[in-house]
Amino acid sequence: MEAWKNFKGETWKNEINVEDFILNNYHEYQGNDTFLEGISDKTKKVWDKISELLKIELERGVLDVETKIVSGIDNFSAGYIDKENEVIVGLQTDAPLKRIVNLYGGIRMAHTSLEAYGYELDKTVGDYFKEFRKSHNDGVFDAYTPDIRRARSAGLLTGLPDAYGRGRIIGDYRRVALYGVDYLIEQKKNDLNELCDVTNEETIRLREEVCEQIRALEEMKSMANKYGCDISVPATNAKEAIQWLYFGYLASVKENNGAAESIGRTSTFLDIYIERDLEEGLLTEKEAQELVDQFIIKLRIIRHLRTPEYNELFAGDPTWVTESLAGMTLDGKSLVTKNSFRYLHTLINLGTSPEPNLTVLWSDNLPENFKKYCSKISILTDAIQYENDDIMRPIYGDDYAIACCVSAMKVGKQMQFFGARCNLAKSLLYAINGGIDEKSGKLVVENVSRITDEVLDYEKTKDAYYSVLERVAKTYVDAMNIIHYMHDKYAYEKIQMALHDTNVERLMAFGVAGLSVAVDSLSAIKYAKVKPIRNEEGVAIDFEIEGDYPKYGNDDDRVDDIAVDLVTKFVSELKKHPLYKNAIHTLSVLTITSNVVYGKKTGATPDGRKAGVAFAPGANPMHGRDSNGALASLNSVAKVPYKDICQDGVSNTFSIVPNALGHSEEERIDNLVHILDGYFKQGAHHLNVNVLNREMLIDAMENPGKYPTLTIRVSGYAVNFNRLSKEQQKEVISRTFHEVM
Amino acid sequence: MKGYINSIETMGLVDGPGIRFVVFMQGCRLRCLYCHNPETWNKESELELTANELVKRILRYKNYFGEEGGVTFSGGEPLLQPEFLIEALKLCKQCNIHTCLDTAGFGLGNYEEILKYTDLVIMDIKALEKGAYKNLTGQHIEESLQFLDICQKLNKKMWIRQVIVPGINDTEEYVLKLKEFVSNLKNIEKVEFLPYETLGIPKYEKLKIPYRLENVSPMNTKRCQELYTLFEK
Repeated sequence: MEAWKNFKGETWKNEINVEDFILNNYHEYQGNDTFLEGISDKTKKVWDKISELLKIELERGVLDVETKIVSGIDNFSAGYIDKENEVIVGLQTDAPLKRIVNLYGGIRMAHTSLEAYGYELDKTVGDYFKEFRKSHNDGVFDAYTPDIRRARSAGLLTGLPDAYGRGRIIGDYRRVALYGVDYLIEQKKNDLNELCDVTNEETIRLREEVCEQIRALEEMKSMANKYGCDISVPATNAKEAIQWLYFGYLASVKENNGAAESIGRTSTFLDIYIERDLEEGLLTEKEAQELVDQFIIKLRIIRHLRTPEYNELFAGDPTWVTESLAGMTLDGKSLVTKNSFRYLHTLINLGTSPEPNLTVLWSDNLPENFKKYCSKISILTDAIQYENDDIMRPIYGDDYAIACCVSAMKVGKQMQFFGARCNLAKSLLYAINGGIDEKSGKLVVENVSRITDEVLDYEKTKDAYYSVLERVAKTYVDAMNIIHYMHDKYAYEKIQMALHDTNVERLMAFGVAGLSVAVDSLSAIKYAKVKPIRNEEGVAIDFEIEGDYPKYGNDDDRVDDIAVDLVTKFVSELKKHPLYKNAIHTLSVLTITSNVVYGKKTGATPDGRKAGVAFAPGANPMHGRDSNGALASLNSVAKVPYKDICQDGVSNTFSIVPNALGHSEEERIDNLVHILDGYFKQGAHHLNVNVLNREMLIDAMENPGKYPTLTIRVSGYAVNFNRLSKEQQKEVISRTFHEVM
Repeated sequence: MKGYINSIETMGLVDGPGIRFVVFMQGCRLRCLYCHNPETWNKESELELTANELVKRILRYKNYFGEEGGVTFSGGEPLLQPEFLIEALKLCKQCNIHTCLDTAGFGLGNYEEILKYTDLVIMDIKALEKGAYKNLTGQHIEESLQFLDICQKLNKKMWIRQVIVPGINDTEEYVLKLKEFVSNLKNIEKVEFLPYETLGIPKYEKLKIPYRLENVSPMNTKRCQELYTLFEK
């Protein structure tokens, strides 16, 4: 076949197997960044147009919303930014940054989001939908138990995907380019023929789902046709490969509005096409970079319509178009290609940006030149996150990608049921207060006896805490099972699942917030003297602490072991309860920016944290409590176990002022490489890196116009600083910045 | 035996090459006018560790050191706890960790033995002449010169550090003298000029120790750089 000319290997030609294709055909690159090209004239024109629109969008909150048509793969006409200069085409709607209304997740949520920005859904559409369709949200609330409702409204469980798309499903968009859609349809039809032993509900449901997938693939072809592209056949060159792959992704974000719609692991796959074109003289390096830059522009302008409450949890309009770069093969060769450099180089050509969420899969054995380039770009842009390939590869193989912030899954073979997080600090207060909420005075967890001691006893408090966690785990699992059952029923992601194997493995991702608060609280109770100050109803509303106690973030096993024990306990409790569709339990320590809201909803805690004060993000130690320097803090976090315990990720955010990282640029680059090498050798999972001055952030808060593209990494993603609320900006500024001693 | 340690910085990036685990040792007999660590003057400290305990901690950071990094013993004056220092340095070398001594060279002898296990010496030059040295530190210059002499005899790799203080040594004359002084030394890999800063003053207030450079403003970093350029010429 012409499309596969010069491509090596056989297995991938006889079955859908992108991994095999990559391993047979990619060219590892060990050189440095000197081959990279600057921005092309065409790209500059396209990006300038977008930059103007972004300014207006920032002022208004949203640029525009399509109110006459609702979400769907092929529901919108073709749209362009600057048709004559666009080398990669395709928009979510008929105009850039114009958002889609998705009613399948929840009708009320959609209306609230529209109202927040002064829009109204076309009445006919709205009325018809209400009359003839039930939403995911309606289904969930039919099934929610009183326990779940109480936990939800108290802020014990927050951010559950029960009114919008769950996301965190990565379609294998590369399949569109490599095989063309007709072959994918053919394979799905074969799968359907295999599913004829209809003896159980599971098979019936799967048959229906596969048919939905086939229809979605047909719709995707039609959508691409509107842009003059025939994606029924495989891509024949680099430009088509990028375009076909992007159509796959585009279909997915026209149909779905999940919190995180990540793109997968595409750079090395696409490099194979670029290399072939370069070798045949069909493409120059400048043109290759142009294709990548323009593809990245498209990923930067993906939008979803959100409510203000949603923004409070996940600030800055994130879309988590996460792309996973580099990593190693199982045979010990790096998967770094020139295209890994080109993707990172878009941060220079187009300026820094939070999206796509560029994630480097770090291994000790990555080429030194690539490590240094990552470090250099991190220092310049604060836009990269790092995750430990050396601990993920043994579990997920060499063709996994990160969804959202830290969630690994095998591309096209595994999907995730996303489940937000539960509040560990509040759970501890319930153990002390007999299940009564310290804020509302309402009973949230039943049958918990109140601790009435004048000074809290460690063993007694811990036992009570762990027994509360057992109940919380049960409620949490119930909520998740209901949510994902209903999501499949009312808002099934047909195009994304069409780009998966038919028999897919499912991971159900639970999460915790407030780890450092809970851990320091337990440490205070164990090593110092903690006296609850109770109100008239006997509820502890504050705590008096006598003496000092070891604090998480100082590489001190006395307290760090409490953290390990706590997450181990919680995940083992979750695992006691079976999951919908036989999913596998995973757990993350990740908050996104919800640490601010969680803090707001939680009373004073025994570690001395006052009521309403923000939690530390993710697995970070509470700010100001680490007194042995940054590496001690990193070492504490590195102890939180990944494999089998927090296997959905352990997020850590590291901020350092440039001068503290070294005197010269070269020193700073080398030192950051050493920090990353060291941290990941400790077995840690994830690190956000910010190299910036606190003074600059304070200035940016007062003069946002001076810093239009200022990007910073927060828990698991990057965000444009100007898009954070004042409260969130203050929280970021108050965090620990490692400085020169 | 235990070492008296003021504090630990696990990510020192400016006290020696690469990433350094910096041990700020307790105790110093010099009373430099511009000292920004007066809390390290006394011998007693809250943190007391055996050399074994300390090195066990250091080893937790070995993964970060790469080829260049390692441990730096600073202070205070690390040379004031020679037995502990020797034991700790020896253990570090056994574990293949690069060792660096950040010192004013004002210790209690036993220098040959200490330097046997030291890869790099960062020597803080206080002043070049007897009188100036005494005025600045309250002590006699001979002890530090003796230490420097032994470093030279043992061919130790060295960095030279000089704090530049307005009104005390921020002159071209002094810098040229320093240049001559350094040019007579061997194995000098690097010379650093540190502009005087006033960030340590709050510590004096807390410790109720009078601060003697109250009216001296921080060293202008640009001027400091100019003097360094002159030095390098």
